[in-house]
This record gives sequence, C-alpha cells and structure tokens, in this order.
Amino acid sequence: MTASPGGRALSAPLAGRESEPTLFELSVPGRQASSFRTTSLPEWPAEDLVPGEWLPEAPVELPEVSERDLVAHFTRLSHRQYSVDLGAYPLGSCTMKYNPKLCDEAAGMAAFAGVHPAAPPALAQGWLELLVELEEMLCAVTGMSAATLQPAAGAAGELTGLLLMRAWHDAHHEARRRVIIPDAAHGTNPASVTISGYEVTTVGTTERGDVDLSELRSVLDTDVAGMMLTNPNTLGLFEENIIAVTDAVHEAGALMYYDGANLNAILGVVRPGDMGFDIVHLNLHKTFATPHGGGGPGAGPVAVRTELSPFLPGPRPSLLDDGSYGWTSPPRSIGRVHSWHGNALVLLRAWTYLRLHGPEGLRRVAEVAVLNANWLKEQLRASYDVPYDRPVMHECVVSASSLERDTGLRALDVAKRLLELGFHAPTIYFPHIVHEALMIEPTETESPQTVAALADALAEIAAEARTAGRADAARAAPRTTPVGRLDEARAARNLVATYDQRAGGGDGGGDGAHDSRG
Amino acid sequence: MSAPFVPHTEDEIENMLASLGLSSLQELYGAVPAAIRLAGGLDLPDPLSEPDLRERLEALGAANRPVGASLVCFAGAGAYDHEVPAVVRSLASRSEFVTAYTPYQPEVAQGVLQALFEYQTMVARLAGLDVANASLYDGATSLVEAVNLAVAATGCHAVLCSQGVNPHWRAVMSTFARGSGHEIVEVPLLRGVTNWASLDLASGKAGAVVVALPNFLGCLEDLRQARRLAERTGARLVVCFDPVAAGLLRTPGSFGADVVVGEGQPLGTALSFGGPYLGLFACRLGDVRRLPGRLVGETVDTEGRRAYVTTLRAREQDIRRERASSNVCTNQTLMAVTTAIQLGWLGTGGLRQVALRSARAARYARESLLAIDGVEAATDAPVLREFALRLPLRAETAIERLAEEGYLGGVAVNEGYEGTSYAGALLVATTERRTRAEIDGLATSLEKVLR
Ligand SMILES: Cc1ncc(COP(=O)(O)O)c(C=O)c1O
Repeated sequence: MTASPGGRALSAPLAGRESEPTLFELSVPGRQASSFRTTSLPEWPAEDLVPGEWLPEAPVELPEVSERDLVAHFTRLSHRQYSVDLGAYPLGSCTMKYNPKLCDEAAGMAAFAGVHPAAPPALAQGWLELLVELEEMLCAVTGMSAATLQPAAGAAGELTGLLLMRAWHDAHHEARRRVIIPDAAHGTNPASVTISGYEVTTVGTTERGDVDLSELRSVLDTDVAGMMLTNPNTLGLFEENIIAVTDAVHEAGALMYYDGANLNAILGVVRPGDMGFDIVHLNLHKTFATPHGGGGPGAGPVAVRTELSPFLPGPRPSLLDDGSYGWTSPPRSIGRVHSWHGNALVLLRAWTYLRLHGPEGLRRVAEVAVLNANWLKEQLRASYDVPYDRPVMHECVVSASSLERDTGLRALDVAKRLLELGFHAPTIYFPHIVHEALMIEPTETESPQTVAALADALAEIAAEARTAGRADAARAAPRTTPVGRLDEARAARNLVATYDQRAGGGDGGGDGAHDSRG
Repeated sequence: MSAPFVPHTEDEIENMLASLGLSSLQELYGAVPAAIRLAGGLDLPDPLSEPDLRERLEALGAANRPVGASLVCFAGAGAYDHEVPAVVRSLASRSEFVTAYTPYQPEVAQGVLQALFEYQTMVARLAGLDVANASLYDGATSLVEAVNLAVAATGCHAVLCSQGVNPHWRAVMSTFARGSGHEIVEVPLLRGVTNWASLDLASGKAGAVVVALPNFLGCLEDLRQARRLAERTGARLVVCFDPVAAGLLRTPGSFGADVVVGEGQPLGTALSFGGPYLGLFACRLGDVRRLPGRLVGETVDTEGRRAYVTTLRAREQDIRRERASSNVCTNQTLMAVTTAIQLGWLGTGGLRQVALRSARAARYARESLLAIDGVEAATDAPVLREFALRLPLRAETAIERLAEEGYLGGVAVNEGYEGTSYAGALLVATTERRTRAEIDGLATSLEKVLR
C-alpha cells in the first residue's frame, strides 16, 4: 500500500517555533479585558462587606492583558501543541482516536451545560434519562448489570472498584488483604491497590505473553481479595487462558477486576462479563472517543454484577416507579466518590458516540482497530523485534532492543525522531517487562494510508541507524519541533514550577546561578 | 452498519486482511475462546444519523431547565453561575488543547505545558502558597489527596474536619477513608462557624486539621484558631477555599495554611451538571515531593531555549507503582487551561470585581430575604457570597415552587448536617451576574411562596 496524500493524517512540521512569553510577562498594569453585567446594586466598599481581619493588604496579582493579547497568547501556545485533530497519535494504551465534532456540539448545548448539579430532578429530567440510558448501554457493552457513572477517570474507577471489592468481602465477613496484579499492569493498578488499603501481589507473564497460571495458582489463597487484569493485556494480547484465570480466582473466593483501558479491541466481540469479570471500569476518554483535553477530563464509570450492585456509590440516576427520573442510593452504598455526579459532559459525549454507532458499528470499530494494529505489526517486523509474536489486538508492542545493541538507537530516540517525521510518538518503556518497548496503537480512525505512512516512518528511522551504524540522526531529534530535547534532570533538580519561582524573573531560562552544573 | 469514523473502504479492509493471510475480520479474534464469544450483537439501540441524533439531543435537552433568564440562579453549594465570556469559551475549545493527550512528549506539547505552568502560578498565588499541581478531578478529590498528604507527612491518621467543609466532599473523604484507614473526627459548627472548643483532644495528636473559607454555609471562619489547633496537634492545616472569594480575602497561605484545596469551577467552567470541574491543589515547597498528580516545571532544551516539562515524576504511579502516594493519572487539564484563560481575562482587578460584586449581591439579597415574614438567618457569623436561611417551609418545597416562578432559589441543606440546627436551611448564593431586579424578583416570589 503506498502512502498517497489522500486520507493521510500527519502533521506538517509544527508551526510555533518562536518561544512565547508567559502571560505574566505580557501583563501591563491597569489593562483589563473583563466586563460584567450592570446590576444596579448598591456599591458598598469592600471594607463594609468584609471584617478587617480577613481583608488583604493588596489583592492577588494576576496578569493584566487585553482580550486581543489573551487570544494571541493562547493561539500561539496552541500552535506549539500536537493533537489528534492535527495528525495520528499512536500512543499505546491511550486509544487516541478521532473525537467526533457532534460530541463537542452536544457538550456545548446550553440545555445540558447550563444545568446546576443541585437542581431538583424535575429540572433535570433530560440529563437523568440520558445518564440512565448511558448506564444501560455501558452494561450491555461489558455484560454487567449496573454501573456508577461518578468516577472521573480510569484511576478513580479503579479505586472505586477496589472499595466495592472491600465492601463485598466485608459483607461476607472476610478480611482479605491482598490483590493480585500482573507484572505488566499499568501503574495506576498497583497505586490504586495500595490506596484502597490492600497489598499488591505481583504475578509474572509467560513467554507467550499471558498471565503465568501456575504462579497465579501458587499465590491464590483466602487472603486474596481479588485480581486486576486488563484483557487484551498491556502487551496488546488477548489472554488465552482467561477462563482458567477467572475460574481460579473465583475458586479462591476472590473477585476479578477488569481494567477497561483496552476495551476498544473487543467491543461487540466478547464482553468482560462473559470472561468472568465481576467489576469493570471503562475509560470513556479512550474507548468512546471523548477527547483527552491535554490530560483530562476523562470519565471512568464502574460496572458490576448484580451481586455487587447494592454497594455502588450513590446517589444514582434512576427511573422511578412513577415513570419520572430521580436519584436513588443503593442500600449498602460505599458512598460518594465524586463532588457531584461525575464528569457529566464527558458522559454526554460518550452517550452521543454510542448512539451514533449502534451494535454493528461498535463491532466494526473494534475489528478495524485490531486490523490496523496487526497490519502495522507485520510492517514493523523487518525493522524491530517482536518480543511476543502472536496476532495482536488493538495495539502492538515492539522493541528497539536489537537496534540498541547494534546502533545505540533507543526507544526514546525512535520516539523523538518520529516527532520530526510528523507523527506523535508511541508510548515507550511500557509495559516495563519489555526491553526498549514501543507500544503502538493506531486506532480504527486512522486510514490505511496513515498507518502505512507511520510504518514507513518507523522503518526509515531504523534503516537510518542501521545504515550509519550509529544513532546520531535520531539522537539529535527532534529539530523541527517548537523545542528540542529537554533537560529534564534540571527541571527536577532546580524546581521552577511557577513564574514566581523563576530566578531573576525570566531571562530565557538561563538561571545559571541556581544551576549546580554551572 | 454505522461506523462513521472508520475511514476504511471494504476493499481496503479486504486487502489488509489478505496481506495478513486472513479472509474475514472475525479471524482476527482467533485468540478469543469460542465459548465466550458474543453470539448475537450487543444489546444496544440502533444507530442514529448525525441529524437524527441532534434532534434526539434537543428533545432530551428540552426536558432540562438550564439556568438563565427563565431560571435565575441563586444556587451554589460548590457550583456557581459566574460570567464565562466568549473569548474564554472560544480559546478553551481550540482543538489543539481539546484533543491532545497528557504531555508525555514535551517537544510537541509546549502549548499545554506552558498553559499549565501559568495555571500553577495563578493557583499558587490565589492560595498564597509556593506551588500548585496541574489539577485533580474536583474539589472533593483535592481534599482527599490533601488529607493523604497530611497523614503521610505527619504519620498520624487522625483527621479533624470542620462540618463547615462541603458535605459532599466530606462524604467522598469518608468513602476513601475505608481504604486508607484515616480516622475522621467531624467538628460541629456553632452559630455558623467551627466550634473547635467542642473538641475533646484525648491523644493530642492529629495528621490534618481541615477547615473551609468561606465555609459551606457561607460564613467566614477564623483561620487563626484552626492554625493554632494544627500547631498544637502537630497537624498540617488544610484549607478548602473558594477561589473567587480569594479576590476579596487574605490568602489561606497568609493565615498559615499548609495545603490549600478548592473547586476550580467558578473560574471559567460552566455549571455542566456537576462536571467536568477541577480540583485546585497548592502546598508548600517543603511538601512538594508528596504533591499528588502532575507538576509542570521550567527547564531548557538542548539549544538553551526556555521550555516546560512535567517534573518530579518519581512521585507518580507510573514510576513508583504500589509505593505512589496518589493513583492519579488522567486529571482535568483542559479545565486547568480554561481556568488560566479565565484568570487572564479577569486580571487582578477583574477577580476583585467578581468577588466584590458577588458579596454586594449577597448583602443585598440577604437583607431583602430576611425582611420577609418568617424568614430567619441560620447563621450569625459574617458571610461573603453565600448564606443560609431558615424558612417556615421545607427548603425543598420552597425550591420547587420558586422554580415555577423562574428562580433556582438555592440549595437545601440536609446531607452532612443531619441532626444539626442547619438541617432544612435554604442555602442562597449570589455571583457578579445577579442584578438588583433579579434579587427583588426572588424576594417577591419567596414571599408569595411562603404565603
Ligand atoms: C492500562 C491502563 N489502565 C489504567 C489507566 C488509567 O486511566 P486514567 O488515566 O483514566 O486514570 C490507563 C491510562 O493511562 C491505562 O492505559
């Protein structure tokens, strides 16, 4: 397949190479962009409204800029930023698919965005109906029977799910202390286990890339509360022994937790509930195309089996006996996990995405995501190592191990050189069990032409290094981006996390006096 | 079949499959045991086309009553109807910000990183502390993380939390305490402010003292008392603040707060039925290695150019795994960027105006409503932009009837105040958007409702 321009999404080298001053440096005292409603209220002075002990000597200083300056500043910043709308973003485990514009439009509708979260149910019937419908759809997709929409992201879902696990064991008068995770698990899994008051027990991965069943059996006992697993796993592989795994865990009286980060691969093909999972979180900002916002907001609803539904967080949007929608709290609820009802506008976007697709459409999404990943893996085989060589699901994990040995080219260098070639980099050095890992997830929304161009670019990077016998070109990359490689050690050693901490106030970063290297 | 965002033609799919030696898409799933494969399709509603779906959205939307001219908002309780100008909405919806991922490749993420650096600076200034992180999920999560920081830093699990703290946040804190094992002691209010004297400090030690300024009932708390208690017990002082009130009040940091948390929604984010909002989080430099979530720092690139990058990464879950003090990964970056834009739009004078105008409206509204027969103040302490009233009618009923008159008249105080004198009160909030005519209208309607 040739990489013709049509249908190919990769960025032109980025604009925005001029560095942009901070808003604080653009400030001119006395300039003001804001204006307010005419209220006709008495203009009491601050001293009449606030007792002296709370009054500040001087107001907090904020940047003072015109609207025009504000627009120029943030527009220029936006030109120093890669995004899905600009080009392919094959960041493994993150499912950076195209974010439909209708979903943006829905989230911007005043009829939804203007509703106060404490409004009585009678004033929010549309919202409540939508949330109930979303819960039903998420249950259908996962094979579960009830869900909470409150968790604000995947990690919040994990913590919620683990507290549900704890509540369930408590209800059965069992004090179990350990949760099992595979060594290839995402970092949020072990972190959530600890924060929920459990201890992590790690099990290894076989040479084929599956959970090591015999090791799992050897650590299973009555002290194990549950196991967290993502399937497809973080190697992009479907766990072949999934039924044996969930059976073994259940036999030990423990529960199975499904990390839904990789659900995109299996929509409409197989459901976590049918694999034997009891608690499932979804990442709506991955699977259901809600945009990532530069790092959030997301939404991490948690769906459970019937037996666990009495423990779900409340209040929950519900269809009441009188035919109206309202809030109900499950009888043995673990309580609230969000200030309000979850990231509602993100939930609205996911609802919209689901309603655009329907059952066959969702299945097609999964199938093409898997097709793209497998096709890409085959193209990369000539240039990179394929450590777990099996058909993959929605992403493939390859390794720059041999390249590193032969040329010194590391996964990091490949990533940086790829930025120069107009693509966002894949995820690197994750999962940790793969040496020099490159985890690549093209997603279903990238055309065959784009995937081909990505494959060509990755091959070119490897060929360059092999031809030269060195990794020089990639080492110096990226040169066409707004900035080159960063001195990350310096950022940590000499912390400047606010403009006010900047030594001497803005000399382009050359605060030599504080730099221990001189 | 409706997969509108899959670009592949049937021919392209066939070609790709053929190159893999496959003849159907199903064959891609050879690893899935037959026994668990879904036999029929998913049980989902049929797809709608974009125009049909827009109609469905409009129909659902029509069953909501958003705030506006026909439902004037006097509800607050942590979510406020502030001005969000066109310029903020426009910049914050730029797709470069909206459709980017977490800035893992800083060379192509300077836009988000610099916006976060500016956001961190502004939040740290409002809090009166050294550093702020790049946001957490919401106010409640920020509180939970602050308490986790305080407990880890002091090694003491006891948390002394004022009942003036938002009751939903307290509820979230007690949910998560089931995992963390923190022992939360709630300290009741007296005449609207925390009655620290009611505490029986048996052990004399605490990990965190938590107080809100202003508190949930709108009252100004004496932070010096809380500070003294924190010192006496060896605790970190955690202050839940309202970033808008910060336009008119001394910073929590200047009162001796160690950690300042808050709900960032009032600074540029629409009411949004409760989310996505953002959790503000600031602390002292001495605690920065326990800071939850992402932190952006300044550095230089290979050519010495100023640049930004996420830093002190060794704190975070992807590196520290089960020893991480927080599990946060995805946060609320887009809301943080929005907040930076809104604060840039406001500027020093603008934020002060918002706070001052909100407080003036509150003074005027409180006096107008208290003039109504049967309406009484539920608190005595000074208030800023929100206040609680006792009505001769259930607050829920009053709110329902006021809605018929075109007002979202407030929020009923119940959850988290069971058995206190505040249960059943009506909590009324004003912002800079409330006019004299609207407040007069609310007073007239409440009078009618109570008659
Ligand atoms: C496998 C896996 N699990 C969990 C998470 C955590 O999700 P979130 O970032 O939404 O908290 C991620 C996302 O980065 C992930 O890739």
